[in-house]
Amino acid sequence: MWQLGSRFAATGSLPAPLAVMSVIGAEAQSGVLFVNLAITLARVAASFALAMVLGTALGVLMGRNKTVDRLCDPLLIVLLNLPALVVIVLAYIWVGLNEAAAIGAVVLNKLPNTAVTLREGTRALDKNLDEMARVFNLPLGAKVRHVFLPQLAPYFAAAMRSGLSLVWKIVLVVELLGRSNGVGFEIGIAFQLFDVTRLLAYALPFVGLMLAIETLIVQPFERNVSRWRPPHGA
Amino acid sequence: MELEVSIARKALRTASGKTRVVLHDVAFSLRQGEICALLGPSGCGKTTLLQIISGLDSDFEGQIVLPSPHRIGMVFQEPRLMPWRSVAQNLRLVGSSSENELAEIVAALRLSKHLDHFPGELSLGLARRVAIARAFAVKPDLLLLDEPFVSLDAALAARLREELLALVLKRKATTLIVTHNVEEAISIAGRIIVLSAAPGRILADMTIETPREALTQARAAKIKTDIVSVMTK
Ligand SMILES: Nc1ncnc2c1ncn2[C@@H]1O[C@H](COP(=O)(O)OP(=O)(O)OP(=O)(O)O)[C@@H](O)[C@H]1O
Ligand SMILES: [Mg+2]
Repeated sequence: MWQLGSRFAATGSLPAPLAVMSVIGAEAQSGVLFVNLAITLARVAASFALAMVLGTALGVLMGRNKTVDRLCDPLLIVLLNLPALVVIVLAYIWVGLNEAAAIGAVVLNKLPNTAVTLREGTRALDKNLDEMARVFNLPLGAKVRHVFLPQLAPYFAAAMRSGLSLVWKIVLVVELLGRSNGVGFEIGIAFQLFDVTRLLAYALPFVGLMLAIETLIVQPFERNVSRWRPPHGA
Repeated sequence: MELEVSIARKALRTASGKTRVVLHDVAFSLRQGEICALLGPSGCGKTTLLQIISGLDSDFEGQIVLPSPHRIGMVFQEPRLMPWRSVAQNLRLVGSSSENELAEIVAALRLSKHLDHFPGELSLGLARRVAIARAFAVKPDLLLLDEPFVSLDAALAARLREELLALVLKRKATTLIVTHNVEEAISIAGRIIVLSAAPGRILADMTIETPREALTQARAAKIKTDIVSVMTK
């Protein structure tokens, strides 16, 4: 279908799949494709991990402590509503055109969503079980592992799910605007040359990779998290 | 372990902002190993009293004296099991009993067939039995039981009362058991405290002198009449 469509579209705006495949092949052979994929993937992994860890910590803290919640809530609302582009450009201007600014900008884009989700989860923690753990003097470690985490896990999974797709989209923009390598940077070059074949040659393998991570890692985790539920529901 | 309760006043703020007194001048103490039943109409503050004794609620006027360290075994009015852990894990994670002791408790409460089940798969009565087992698994010095036998059929309740009694006597745990059932109170406890309707005050605090084994039907019937007359006055 794509092959057919490309025949009718204006020259250059929708290249034939075979042409894209051959560019992918060439870039793969020289190794450039893999290097760029690896660099972008590393940025996705780093900023995703940071956003999840920091966002979870902040969310749990806000959920448990009213003062922290009142102090941080306005900040969260601003961050949630600030366009990603603004955060990215400000980060580059204030911190400089470096890796820290790039990762930081992505983290700031994802963190508020994680924090809000985990705050919700923390507020929904079962008070009765908390009392049970207190009366029975459950040590903190056991309380976290057996009482809190099982309740927070579905919220964590939800934040992860929406997080990965958000993070990889933003990482590409960050690379396009201020980095000199990675998939986003290559797509930027392709844009300057109006080279759709090259653009797709980078975008498709990357999207494929992200889909693979989503189906092979994120979704199984999500299923695993809800496994304790008895078959006929509790 | 000895328990000393002296609550001058326990008030709650209702959603509409009013203050509502729940407990008023509730004072008593239990000797080491004493088994005491707490009777009283619904809403008179029995659960609230257990919350205060267990240390979960410290917003009251008065004090609770417990020697430390102490271990409390509690059966809440609802089972409060961890739904994501099996019955066996629920007992192991909370308790400090050895495998042998645990096996004994599990046998006494007829739970061996259900160890691998998850709480969501249990009937309410079964879940309650797990909650009772858990309270014993912590090797308690003080046992607080909030209507542990409600929602069990009469035959099972009677059998479990015997098992409970045996476990309590073996551990020499000081025990406070909330119940609505006067006969149950008489059959299990050496001491019965009757609370009034809200705000709960102590209406009667009676010790049954006769040892449990020697309690005749006539004597039990007499005690029951006494309690019922106090409750309905
Ligand atoms: N969180 C709360 N907010 C407001 N009022 C409450 C709250 N919890 C309990 N109460 C009130 O306090 C009183 C005592 O409640 P409590 O649960 O201790 O009664 P109870 O004797 O255990 O009753 P039951 O036999 O029905 O279990 C009741 O009148 C109840 O309405
Ligand atoms: Mg109650």
